[in-house]
Amino acid sequence: MSDFSKGFIRENPVFGLFLGLCPALAVTNQAINGLAMGVATAFVLVGSNVVVSLLRNSVPSKIRIPAYIMIIATFVTLVKFVMKAYAIDLYNTMGVFISLIVVNCIILGRAEGFASKNGVGKSLMDGLGMGIAFTVSITLLSVIREVIGDSKMTFQMTLGDLTIGKVIDLSDFMRTIGLVDNTGEVANLLIFILPAGGFIAIGLVIGLFNRFKNQLPPLEDEEEEA
Amino acid sequence: MGEYIAIMIAAITVNNYVLTKFLGLCPFIGVSKKLDSAVGMGLAVTFVMTLASFATYLVYVFILDPLAITYLDTISFILIIASLVQLVEMVLEKFSPHLYKALGVYLPLITTNCAILGVAQLNIQLVQSDQYAFGFMKCLLNGFASGAGFTLALVLMAGLRERLEFSNIPAVFKGAPVTFIAAGLMALAFQGFDKLVKITVN
Repeated sequence: MSDFSKGFIRENPVFGLFLGLCPALAVTNQAINGLAMGVATAFVLVGSNVVVSLLRNSVPSKIRIPAYIMIIATFVTLVKFVMKAYAIDLYNTMGVFISLIVVNCIILGRAEGFASKNGVGKSLMDGLGMGIAFTVSITLLSVIREVIGDSKMTFQMTLGDLTIGKVIDLSDFMRTIGLVDNTGEVANLLIFILPAGGFIAIGLVIGLFNRFKNQLPPLEDEEEEA
Repeated sequence: MGEYIAIMIAAITVNNYVLTKFLGLCPFIGVSKKLDSAVGMGLAVTFVMTLASFATYLVYVFILDPLAITYLDTISFILIIASLVQLVEMVLEKFSPHLYKALGVYLPLITTNCAILGVAQLNIQLVQSDQYAFGFMKCLLNGFASGAGFTLALVLMAGLRERLEFSNIPAVFKGAPVTFIAAGLMALAFQGFDKLVKITVN
């Protein structure tokens, strides 16, 4: 169970270990983009963890890194095919960052650090935990950026011919609590959905996260060592 | 000639890989503490980016495109990049052990640098889009100039961070958070270049 839950706070990939930063900033300008990137990364992470774990005794040690990269790249190509076929709008929005899931440090790091040394079940749980933690982290970041920058949360995407999900519009709420400027328009901090604001938003979130993390009780094995 | 200058300017300012495109952020946060390691990393990345643009363009034009297997670009490009980095590591170890030791663990990390695979994929997108008549020389120049832009951002950030060391920063913001906020302000400044040159794929 700790394999599953450690990714959320203590070893949070984005805010704690600073892995997977490129997608975390580039595709988090809308809530649905962050969510889709998280799900895609989680799928590749789980798939590659399982396959690497299955092959861990067959891959020669000297070429293990290129071999793992090939496995990860295959899963990423699968994701590209599915997205291009069924979610073309998301595919166009995220552009090159879907291919860049291959070089997401989280995936290679888990393959090298965990899946190559543990059984399939544990690797699956580890991949699932890290993947879900990553998805939650960047979805949270994208919701924050979009609410402050555009006063809405877009959870809508086109799947094939259908449009599923909804856009949660918060501009009425913001008007009622008085966040309007002189002309009566909702006071959006537009910068937050621009590249500069992505940096500032993640800096603030990591600072907040550090504050929260320092307040956690120490782990049992840390207490034993002390 | 003007097109080449436009590509160089665009890659360094408008389409800066770190501050506008969000590529290559892990070394940007990790290596930018000291000026010399930042310069070293930047030069290494520029070198690998240029070589990667060269090799991936040839593979695309002579293998992937004629055989209509362009969907294998992710797999083939990352394999080329991983091998290139291994080669650069071996060459450096033999011919410049000083530089090899200085770069240390950062050299293998260049394989997982989003910027390298990013420049390879973006070059191919520009080639495929037929908008700017991208050929071999333009791809090569784009790779080199993008690396130069990356180095510029890294050097600027290292200079900033060396000074931030002497500032009174709240404990929870020390390290990465304040670096990100500084990067955000830099990105804001670079946004001033926005309409200078337009080289994007629509």
